[in-house]
Amino acid sequence: MIEPPAYLLLSAILFGIGVVGVVARRNILIILMSVEVMLNGVNVAFVAVGSYLGDATGGIFAFMVMTVAAAEAAVGLALLIALYRIRETIDITELKVLKW
Amino acid sequence: MVSGVLDYLWLVPAFPLLGVILNGVLALIAERPFLLKEAGLPPPGGSHGHPSRGNSHATEAPGSHGSGASGPHSAPVYRNVVAFLAPGAVGASFVVALLCVLSLAARPPEGRTFVQILFPWIQSGSFLAPVGFQLDPLSSVMALVVTGVGFLIHVYSVGYMSHERAFARYFVYLNLFMFAMLMLVLANNYLLMFVGWEGVGLCSYLLIGYWYEKQSASDAGKKAFIVNRIGDFGFLLGVFLIFWTFGSVSFTDVFARIPLLRDSGVLTAGMATAITLLLFLGATGKSAQIPLYVWLPDAMEGPTPVSALIHAATMVTAGVYMVARSSALFLLSPDAMSVVAVIGAATAIFSATIGICQTDIKRVLAYSTVSQLGYMFLACGVGAFAAGIFHLMTHAFFKALLFLGSGSVIHALSGEQDMRKMGGVRRYLPVTFVTMFAATLAISGIPGLSGFFSKDEILWQSFSSPHGSPALWFVGALAAGITAFYMFRLVFLTFYGGSRMDPEVEKHVHESPWTMTVPLSILAVLSVAGGWVGIPASLGGDNRFEEWLAPVFRSVAAAGAHGAATGAHPSVSLEFGLMGISVGVALAGIGIAYFLYRLRTSKPAEIARRVPALYDLVYHKYYVDEIYEWAVVRRVVDGSVWLWQMFDALFIDGIVNGIADGVRSAGDRVRRLQAGIVGGYAFSLLAGAVLLVGYILYRSMVP
Repeated sequence: MIEPPAYLLLSAILFGIGVVGVVARRNILIILMSVEVMLNGVNVAFVAVGSYLGDATGGIFAFMVMTVAAAEAAVGLALLIALYRIRETIDITELKVLKW
Repeated sequence: MVSGVLDYLWLVPAFPLLGVILNGVLALIAERPFLLKEAGLPPPGGSHGHPSRGNSHATEAPGSHGSGASGPHSAPVYRNVVAFLAPGAVGASFVVALLCVLSLAARPPEGRTFVQILFPWIQSGSFLAPVGFQLDPLSSVMALVVTGVGFLIHVYSVGYMSHERAFARYFVYLNLFMFAMLMLVLANNYLLMFVGWEGVGLCSYLLIGYWYEKQSASDAGKKAFIVNRIGDFGFLLGVFLIFWTFGSVSFTDVFARIPLLRDSGVLTAGMATAITLLLFLGATGKSAQIPLYVWLPDAMEGPTPVSALIHAATMVTAGVYMVARSSALFLLSPDAMSVVAVIGAATAIFSATIGICQTDIKRVLAYSTVSQLGYMFLACGVGAFAAGIFHLMTHAFFKALLFLGSGSVIHALSGEQDMRKMGGVRRYLPVTFVTMFAATLAISGIPGLSGFFSKDEILWQSFSSPHGSPALWFVGALAAGITAFYMFRLVFLTFYGGSRMDPEVEKHVHESPWTMTVPLSILAVLSVAGGWVGIPASLGGDNRFEEWLAPVFRSVAAAGAHGAATGAHPSVSLEFGLMGISVGVALAGIGIAYFLYRLRTSKPAEIARRVPALYDLVYHKYYVDEIYEWAVVRRVVDGSVWLWQMFDALFIDGIVNGIADGVRSAGDRVRRLQAGIVGGYAFSLLAGAVLLVGYILYRSMVP
């Protein structure tokens, strides 16, 4: 059986990859995907700790996060399409009108 | 407790208040639109000027100047309603007051204190100030004088102000004054008295500044208000000290607690002196004594009936009433008594000398009023409170009459107030002349008239009472002589000799309407006979006036440390001797006036030329106004300018503007952070999260 620290390490790695993707990439599509990676990193931690403690709450929360993530992806992609239609770009460095 | 008529005591101040409300409504809904329309709408209160505007020699002109627009043909109906309501309210008040006093008089002397509490007004902890009225012999004298003389002057005003446009406004103020004055004299505690005290001050201000388009009138109003404020400050501090010492502000409580507190050492002589001197400071402001008398002569800018009612007969006597009301406290402090007596005597002689050289008929009377008020304080200061109140009453009669008579002259002469431009008016104004002559005899102290009895009582008491001294008597007697001199100077210059009037003015001279001459006649009767209620025992009378006031001042004597001031009568022959001297002095004053202003009319100017420095000094009223201007007004203005520039402009504004500048420049720098680069925001978010998690980890590992 794989030890709990290993699951947590995987979770941290997934979360870190997601963070780097959100902060470093310029393509909004990639950023949204990175957010999904971060959320799934969190899901791994939920399920691992839930299983380790023999408690179903962790699993339930993982489903909850997936549901929210699906909704978020739907809204995010819709916005993305709307944005692309107007600006013909999905590069966030091009989108900096909202400032002082 | 069933008290019959006395239960309706509250109606006495309520009637004038009703008059204020009704006339106020009329002034707003009828008079104001009328005046605005007449003025061609825009300026509210702008151009309804009275006829004498720009007329340099006349300071007021209620008269018959040919200003057609304000003639009776355009007089609206509301004026008749006001002319009925305003005197009617005061008349009703007089009737109720009279019935109440009669009902009070039916009681035995010791039971003649009636207190009616209407409702609690201020209640906080142990402090209670109700709206309550107290009718006792002292306040009943005041209430009758105020409502009686007030009613006559209201009637007189209907005639005198008939040419004025702001007719209702005048009567609103006058009724409001009556209400405030009655609150002052009927209040059963110091705080409610202070309300009336401030109320009459406000009305005085409003009425002095009645012709507010005229700079001198509005200045005089302000001066009166500000000078009075200094006195009021003292009065208020005195009331605070009273509450601190006695734990109450109601008259009956305070005076009843005196013996106990004195014996237990709570009420020391020093505290009594502090309380009474502060109260007396208030009295010097309201009653125009040295050093705060300067406002009263300027107050003559108001309409003449106002001068008669407020600045001679009633309001200015409020200080005397207050001192007499607090007599139990004053008797505890011989020092304060001496101060009152000395200030009174000094004011009496000081302002009498100023009166000699004045040429404005109303100003002579104003200085005379200041001088007579000095007499009343002299009486209070030597412990003869009853004599002071007696003189207050007789003075109210003859001084009101003198002012109304002078008003009648001014009215007849189209607003002329300079005695150098009168002369020989006797022929045209017989009623005015006769009544005014009677008042002049009364104020001069001619035996048999009211002024004689009251003034002589004061002089006698100032000589013989334990608080008195021959020096005080001498000053008082000298002032009496000067009074007789300047009053007859006034009469001779105005009514006798050849006419010095402008020919244009002389054409219009007429005797006043009945609304003016009837009050004059009634007051003349009172000026002559008003003193007969107080004929002293040595002249075969029984001094009923003093006997009537005795319950108020006898309980005072019992409570006070000193014996009854009016108790001992050293000798009747001494009293007759002093009486003879004061009559002699008065006759001498009249004789000199006759010599200078009837026989050798060139003499006064000659004397003035021979002692130019002295004449100048007196003519300019001892330069007191100029000294105050330099020593007080300039200092206050300079200090205020300094405070404005240093404290307000530099310090306060500096703090406010500094904070605003700091916030703005900080914001200027911080807003650069919002660059619109989403990656940057995400990074800040990350950095913040890392810092927060790092901090939590650090706290959990390092306890």
